[in-house]
Amino acid sequence: MGEYFQPEIETMPREQLRARQLEDLKWSVKHAYDNIELYRERFDEAGASPDDIRTLEDLQRFPFVVKQDMRDAYPFGMFALGNEDVARIHASSGTTGQATVVGHSKRDLENWGDCFARGIAMVGGSAASTVQVSYGYGLFTGGLGAHSGAEAMGCTVIPTSSGNTKRQVQMMRDCKTDILACTPSYALLIADTAREMGYDPATDFAISAGIFGAEPCSENMRQEISEKLGIQYCDVYGLSEIMGPGVAMECRERGGLHIAEDQFYCEIVDPDTGEVLPDGEWGELVITTLTRECCPMIRYRTRDVTRIVSEPCPCGRTHRKIDRLRGRTDDMLIIRGVNVFPSQIEQVITAFPEIATQYQIVLSTKGPLDVIELQVETEPDYPIDEVRKLEDLKRRLQAELKSNLQVNVDVRIVEPKTIERSMGKAKRVIDLREKES
Amino acid sequence: MISQLSIFLQNKKGHLAQAVSAIADAGINMHALYLADTQDFGVARIFCDTPEAAAETLAAAGFKASVTPVVAVRIPNEPGGLARLLRFCDEADMNIEYAYCFGVQQKSAIDVLKIDGDDAEAKLADAGFHVVAPDEIYAA
Repeated sequence: MGEYFQPEIETMPREQLRARQLEDLKWSVKHAYDNIELYRERFDEAGASPDDIRTLEDLQRFPFVVKQDMRDAYPFGMFALGNEDVARIHASSGTTGQATVVGHSKRDLENWGDCFARGIAMVGGSAASTVQVSYGYGLFTGGLGAHSGAEAMGCTVIPTSSGNTKRQVQMMRDCKTDILACTPSYALLIADTAREMGYDPATDFAISAGIFGAEPCSENMRQEISEKLGIQYCDVYGLSEIMGPGVAMECRERGGLHIAEDQFYCEIVDPDTGEVLPDGEWGELVITTLTRECCPMIRYRTRDVTRIVSEPCPCGRTHRKIDRLRGRTDDMLIIRGVNVFPSQIEQVITAFPEIATQYQIVLSTKGPLDVIELQVETEPDYPIDEVRKLEDLKRRLQAELKSNLQVNVDVRIVEPKTIERSMGKAKRVIDLREKES
Repeated sequence: MISQLSIFLQNKKGHLAQAVSAIADAGINMHALYLADTQDFGVARIFCDTPEAAAETLAAAGFKASVTPVVAVRIPNEPGGLARLLRFCDEADMNIEYAYCFGVQQKSAIDVLKIDGDDAEAKLADAGFHVVAPDEIYAA
């Protein structure tokens, strides 16, 4: 049993929690309908009225919203508040197409801080803890989200943001950071940099926990980060469209991430039919905000593939969990007709101790066929003199990938540091295939 | 044992030139170069002065380089010279990972062998083979 940040909410009996969700859901759907044209049109079109909601399941009658709706509504089409009540704006990275902006009221920001602070408590943090935020600060929600969570808890915050990794290590050591918050790939870079600088962060540093999210991380990579830093690993889920990091966070018991169910109502749907699936089945996560003032989201399709874990958690929190994400419906690579998630490839790689964790997937076409090339580096101390051993390693990795993915992968062993190290979200996939229009 | 410099190189145009230039820029003289290549990468094996320093220079320049211990044997430049050496290795159960030959002169040649295990050099010397000392090939 750990300490809770908001015990009355986090351990609220389920019936009481559901009753509260229902009341807030009614408010949220009506708030969206009354103040945002897009919802009004869509709900009317679907013949769904906010007054129809009598149970939580009644939400199923309402239409979905998707990322494209937010792009189309750029910039303020999905704001329910006027400018005088908007406290802050964040934007998604916008790597594909138009960026999307979301607004937060003062109360939205407070709720966000509380959600993230619950995760800090899950890793044993308190007002006495020092939290180093090595997520990028700015429009990206990682930096400021973690920052406000640490402030809500009353922690000492070190806002290093991302970059200048040696200084990160120095601050971590000198200022006795207890909890690190960043992307998993950056956590690994920080750990490796500390070791290159001659430290063993697992034993030399005060750090005891890490809160990592915003990109996928395999079990093996997670293990590597936990061991190299000597920490409890807390997986955090979030997305800027809904809030930012803190939508769901992982307690010491693991087995999934506790959804902040007082703030969000989650459904799992079949990505093809949109039909709601029972608890325990894998599908696309759909989130409805229950308290959000500025940008209420009603049935937002996250594209993230997971399932609901409803078994009671020994930690005492009554909020249900989502399982570790399996991937994104739109990250899924379709290679020669086979569905492949980059996370599956990463899982295979990290089982090879000879291979470094950094990798890149390059997709191209050779005639009518898709070709998938995987670029990997060997670990620094792996002997490079013997061609036969390198070829053998390559063959073994190829065979393992083939048996796991059912697709042929061309493995290429590349020189050290040719694969770009990431300070934020790692770019793992380069798709050079010609798109059919 | 002789210290051989090994460099892992991706098959990229001009890449060997860059590696060799890095050695040259450090003022290190090379005596022999042997390339093993596959479809997408190669390993350059080099005898040069101060091989440890050369490996460090290359690593600092971003190359993957290391120093590998190998055995060098001087054999007479006559028919059967190499065959005798390899027969001995076979009979003594010494497994050769790779081998190459350089420094062919009028009377003798140097054969370089990468052999599994640590005692190869002693076995060869005991059997009367002329094992070459590092200073015969490069300045340490």
